[in-house]
Amino acid sequence: MRDVAVLGVGQTKFGELWDRSFREIGIEAGLQALVDAKLSSHDLDGLFLGNMASGALIDQEQIAPLILDVAGLARSHLPAVRVEGGGASGALALHQGYLAVASGLYDFVVVGGAEKLTDVPDATAAEITSSAADTEWEVVFGATLPALWALVARRHMHDYGTTREDLARVAVHAHEMGSKNPLAHYRNKLSLAQVVGAGPVAEPLGVLDCAPLSDGAAAVVLGPMELARQHTDTPIRIAASQVACDTMAVQHRQEITRLDSTVVAAHRAFEQARRAPADVQVAEIHDAYTISALVSLEDLGFVEKGRAGPEFASGRFGPGGKTVVNTSGGLKAQGRPFGAVGVAQVVELVRQLRGEAKDRQVSGATLGLAQDVGGTGATTVVHLLERAN
Amino acid sequence: MEAGIVSYGAYVPRHRITPTEIGRVWGVDGEAMGQGLGVRRKSVPDPDEDTITISTEALRTALVRGAIDPQQIGALYVGSESHPYAVKPTATVVAQAVGATPNLTAADFEFACKAGTAAIQTCLGLVGAGMIKYGVAIGTDTSQGAPGDALEYSASAGGAAFVIGRDRVICRVNRTVSYTTDTPDFWRREGQKYPSHGGRFTGEPAYFRHVTECAHRMMEAVGTTPKDYGHVVFHQPNGKFPQRVGKQLGFTEPQMRYGLVTPAIGNTYSAAALIGLANVLDHAGPGEKILVVGYGSGAGSDAFDLETTEEIATYEKVYGRSVESFLERGVEISYAQYAKVRGKINMGGS
Repeated sequence: MRDVAVLGVGQTKFGELWDRSFREIGIEAGLQALVDAKLSSHDLDGLFLGNMASGALIDQEQIAPLILDVAGLARSHLPAVRVEGGGASGALALHQGYLAVASGLYDFVVVGGAEKLTDVPDATAAEITSSAADTEWEVVFGATLPALWALVARRHMHDYGTTREDLARVAVHAHEMGSKNPLAHYRNKLSLAQVVGAGPVAEPLGVLDCAPLSDGAAAVVLGPMELARQHTDTPIRIAASQVACDTMAVQHRQEITRLDSTVVAAHRAFEQARRAPADVQVAEIHDAYTISALVSLEDLGFVEKGRAGPEFASGRFGPGGKTVVNTSGGLKAQGRPFGAVGVAQVVELVRQLRGEAKDRQVSGATLGLAQDVGGTGATTVVHLLERAN
Repeated sequence: MEAGIVSYGAYVPRHRITPTEIGRVWGVDGEAMGQGLGVRRKSVPDPDEDTITISTEALRTALVRGAIDPQQIGALYVGSESHPYAVKPTATVVAQAVGATPNLTAADFEFACKAGTAAIQTCLGLVGAGMIKYGVAIGTDTSQGAPGDALEYSASAGGAAFVIGRDRVICRVNRTVSYTTDTPDFWRREGQKYPSHGGRFTGEPAYFRHVTECAHRMMEAVGTTPKDYGHVVFHQPNGKFPQRVGKQLGFTEPQMRYGLVTPAIGNTYSAAALIGLANVLDHAGPGEKILVVGYGSGAGSDAFDLETTEEIATYEKVYGRSVESFLERGVEISYAQYAKVRGKINMGGS
């Protein structure tokens, strides 16, 4: 197995991109990444595209060859593969791209993630995205993703004394960081009172505890570490790429307040990289719901089980903290175009590790972690990225 | 442009229902819904009221106030998205009812909520060209939102009629400008009972873009700024949109005061901006400048730069009801009565 590096990154603005099509944003992100990697399309060996629900959302399947085609690359006959894993589709595509390059079969690949969620009515989008939960065991009884995460939140509050304000702080932090990210869906700051006082979605989660429905695309170019210096002065090495899965339905978990897929994927990733959570300075984690961020911080190993709320309140994960989370604004503020999320997380880490994150730069960051979660945790993908000097 | 408004009249059905009452039935915080929309009450037509009867009421008021001989009307257009018949015009029934037939041209207009302003533009053209003496433009609707849909909290009924002519003009039309694009924000297909809408898409790319662009083009065309106007009237699908767009354009609360009627009667669709204009004219003296910017989904905006004349000082406003009386009065009904009069109860049969 070869070492794999990220050579280039690209990302569109996230938000309600009503005047832009799926194919348009897909190409924009991919092209940006290629230009950033100083590669031409002739150098490519393949495309991996993370996407959750193009068929239901935009009536289009076979989107991987579609993006190749509209990019003018149909005649190159490159292999193009769509990867689906609910909200973790993007990071899962990255894992596939990583395997392809690490194996030595491919040298240079583009990994993209794209989703267009706002071309259908909000209620339809909510129905489609809820299919990332177990349709027969959960959704058919009326459960939506926020409803299931609300169950987790209630139990976490009961077991560990987590408060409503502990949850709300996650959203306040996300918008604080999002305000510094020009590509973020939301750039407005929020107060604790605003988050706590917002109307309910599924109590205790309110409107401002939940990430929005967004459109957007992100892409990275991967290549073998041995060739990386020809393309960039600051190659970012993928120190670990790990996937773990779990039961689809929340009720089948051993503990509903624990994401076993995250526990296992993180454990495997730190083993692979021979590093520990304490070594991570910057992390992009799953804050689709404020509770999912707190649970993730615990299950990734950053804090003890049940302690995420108070630790978050202490500033442990904010600017100047030991590990700064979601400098991009996270899913909450940067936005949540399902299939693009996992790739965008890595785009942000690469910018941080290269020292190109401007206002939101975490100084001296050398190791970053990205955690992408599908549904309520049936899939978790964890990547560790490291600046290779 | 010599043609202008010679007379006008408005009509709003008597019944009202509150967002709180609607929310009570659907398990929604109706009061918060009403506050969010900026709607306190909405009007509800009786079973024997439709856009024909509403148009007739409004036009009769206009004809008496202006002492206009109906036989002098050369064109009559009714703009609405709730014409009682899919085929067979509303305009002919209204024309016959007021005694304007048979020597006139008549037609129904449809352009979502701006069919009434489009009818005014057509009348201005015919009168300005000297083809007719008086043209009548009516904007009216009895639209419905699907039960439980957000639209149900605002969709109401009403109408306003404007007589366009060249003699004894009470309000001059200095200029009219339109801004039109293909923007699918709100629609109802043939045979569908209730409309569909694009949720948040109806905001920025639809209402706000068209109203703002059209207002800018209007002011640029006549060389005015917001402070030149005594009054401004926007299309008002709810109470919030017109206030927000007014503020964005640089208008103040006092300028919007009379033109904003939706909070008290709901969204009367094709009549909304026109009832707002009627209310402004009810209160205006000579020499007051008014900017009107309508909006219709699909989508387009019509803007008018208006100015009241000396004639308005002696214009007979006493006949018929003032818009203010429609805003203040009304009889509140329950959702059960509302469901009955709006035909939402399944009576069996086909």
